Parts: sequence; C-alpha cells; structure tokens
Amino acid sequence: MNTFITLFAISLNAILAENFILVKFLGICPFMGVSKKTDTAVGMGIAVIFVMALASAATWAVNEFLLVSLGLEYMQTVVFILVIAALVQFVEMFLQKAMPSLYQALGIYLPLITTNCAVLGVALLNVQNSYTFIEAVVYGITGGIGFTLAIVLFSSIRQRLEDCDCPKAFKGFPLALIAAGLLALSFMGFSGFRVF
Amino acid sequence: MEKILYAVLVLAVMGAIFGGVLAVASKVFAVKTDERLPKLVEALPGANCGGCGFAGCQAYAQAVIDGKAEIGLCAAGGQEAAKKMSAVMGVEAVEVERKVAMVKCRGQNHLSKARYEGISDCRSAMFVTGNGPSACPSGCLGFGTCTTACKFDAIHVVNGVARVDADKCTGCFQCMEVCPKGIIIPVTYHTDIVIACSNHDRGANTRKVCDIGCVGCHLCEKQCEFDAIHVINNLATIDYSKCVSCGRCAAVCPRHLISDSNLRTDMDVVPAMQR
Repeated sequence: MNTFITLFAISLNAILAENFILVKFLGICPFMGVSKKTDTAVGMGIAVIFVMALASAATWAVNEFLLVSLGLEYMQTVVFILVIAALVQFVEMFLQKAMPSLYQALGIYLPLITTNCAVLGVALLNVQNSYTFIEAVVYGITGGIGFTLAIVLFSSIRQRLEDCDCPKAFKGFPLALIAAGLLALSFMGFSGFRVF
Repeated sequence: MEKILYAVLVLAVMGAIFGGVLAVASKVFAVKTDERLPKLVEALPGANCGGCGFAGCQAYAQAVIDGKAEIGLCAAGGQEAAKKMSAVMGVEAVEVERKVAMVKCRGQNHLSKARYEGISDCRSAMFVTGNGPSACPSGCLGFGTCTTACKFDAIHVVNGVARVDADKCTGCFQCMEVCPKGIIIPVTYHTDIVIACSNHDRGANTRKVCDIGCVGCHLCEKQCEFDAIHVINNLATIDYSKCVSCGRCAAVCPRHLISDSNLRTDMDVVPAMQR
C-alpha cells in the first residue's frame, strides 16, 4: 500500500507539480518546434513517453550495476547519453522491422528525441532522487505523460492563435512564446501540491 | 590513475558493445525497400499537395508500386511525371489531360447583405446567416481561403473575387476542397469557353444581387449549333463533349460572362452596369 502511495505521489508530481516542460523547462526544443498542429504534438508526446520509459529502465540498470559498483558515478551524464542514443537507434531499427505501423506513427519523431534533454533529465533525476527500479520506470512514463499534456495543450492554443487578429509584430513565434509563458505560469499553481 | 583507467575502459567497452549491437541490428532488422520507390519519388514534383488522393508523393509512389494506384494521377507533375514514372515501372506512358481550376464567379460588384468583421476566412464567413455575407448565394466571398490552400501561388483574390492563374495551376484542386461555396471547378487547360457564374436563382433575383450573374436568358442556347450549351436550372451549362469552342455563345451573352477566362489573366470583363 505504501509503495502504491509513493508511486501515485511520483506520478502526480511528474505530470503536474514538476512538469518537465512547464516547470523544469526541459525539452523546450520539441515543445516549440513540434507544437504547430495537435496531431503531430500527440505523435511526439507518445514517442516521448515511450522513449522516457525505456531510457529510465536502461539507465537505472546501467547506473546501479555498472557505475555504482565501479565508483564511477561522476560519469553518469556521458554514459547516459551514450546509452540513450544507442537504445533509441536500436529501438528504431527494431520497430521498423517488427512493427511497421508503430514505426510509421513514431518513426520521424524517434531520432528527434535521441538527444532530447527531457530524456537525459529523467535519467539523471532518477539517480538524484535515488528511485528504485519500479519508481524510476513510473517516473519516466508519467514524466512523458506530463510532456504530452503540455505539448498538446500548447499546440491547441497555437492553432487558435493562428487565426487570431493580432499586431503583425506578434504574429507567429513571439505570440507563441508569450502563450508558453502564460501556460507555464498557470502550471505554477500546482507547485507546493504534494501527496505524502 | 586506476580511476581514470576504469573510466576510459568503461566508456570504450560500452561504446564498442553498443556499436557492435547496432551493426548487427542493422543487418538483422534491415527492411527491404523497393529500389523503384526512390526513383518514383524523384519523378514526382515533391509538393505533397495530395491532389492524387494519397497522403503525399511518397505514399502515392508506394501505392503505384503496390499496384493500388495508376500512373498519371499526379496533376502537378502532369505528362512529364507520368512519362518518368512509366519508364521506372516499365510500362507504356499514359496520356494525361491537363486540368486546371476555375472559379465560377466573376461578380466583383455583387451586393452584400451583411457586414462581416470576423476571421478573414471564407469558411468562417459562411456562418453568417444564409451563405455568408454576400447577397448572392453562390458568389465568391473573396476572403482568400483558396489562396491559403494553394501551394503553387496560383490563385489570388483580385478585386474581391478569387482568380486562378492557369499557367501556375497544377490541378491539385486543394482550392476546390476548401472552398465552402463549392464554386471552383476543374476545366481543361486552354478551354476557351467557360461560364463564370454559379447562381441558380431566377433571373430577376440574380439581377438584383449581381451585375454580371447569369440570368438564364437562353440566348446562348439558341445561338449554339452544336447543342452544347443549355440553361439548366436558371444557369447556362456547357457540355464539353459537344462544345467546339466556336465562341458564338460568348459573343451574344448580354452579361459577358461566357469567355475564354483561362487564357485571359487580366480582369477586363466589363461589368454590364456600374452601380
């Protein structure tokens, strides 16, 4: 029961209170780049959930069984980058062969996420918070869900901004950045919101 | 010293292992792609306009290889693309008739029944009671939704009415898809005789809202020797299988709305009456 509550707290934290994009400001590049249309934003979000879950599991194992036992914790960043990049490449090849339909859906987004800082961030945060394996995977999945929530919300706002009648100087990116700022501000409302 | 050695060793070994695994994986999981696919994609214009009915040039090329689609559906590439694709697929080239879009309205002066100040988009303007702010039920609204949809810079709103530049038009008909009035139609490139009105109202009503709309006077019908033009439901309609482009109907039309619109890119159709 206790573990269940811990996992619930981690999930809520990852999705709302410490949302990767809007509170931690990780993974801003795809947030601005792939949020022009809601369907591509959803595709990107699902790919991120998938990769973050996989990366959490893989980096947790590498950290626990390799780095800690050899006393090489200071190499986490470089090793995690290597592991994540190789993993994403491998998964991409595997999907192309085994599940072409999933590859069609995720294919173009997967290489984009290879060196995404949200993915590296989840791996490092897992270590920082000294999560267990299960906790790490849950944190990865829910962190991805938080990413998806933010990017989908933002893309629907942007689609509306396209049609709005605003001063020429604000058209496009300036307005998108202001909207992103306001969205982040609204997510501040969740800070201090803890289940423990 | 030992620590540095460990660090270097761990990274080197991990790099080597991952490299090896990826190398093996690329062989094991290699997906065979048809070598004709890139050649077909190259033959297509790459505009991904969707005029062929597929999601893009790549999807269309794949469909051709799978035998699900015919060669020659690409309007943008036209005869050129069809020829190249036929060569790649090893079949006889097909003849493609070039089609372009035409806006069946030229009523620059049609009356407005309401003032619309919403989003500058025809689909949005259609929410104004009836069929948009224009008093003519089938007149061009002129907010340029078709201009936005066009990927080839071929349709523009000139004097409040959308107009196709037939030379730039590739016939993908994205404008036709988005036009909420449904007044954009495909015509053969270089067609001389077209009717630039879509109003099916009775003549008296049409006359009230537009100074060049078709009033269904039957003059063109009487003049035609080839039985190719008929007034159907108060609007002159051409049967292109019979029309020989003699131009007699254009000469007698009192509203000057039958013309060689595709050849003429300027807007020199004189409104019958100035308001």
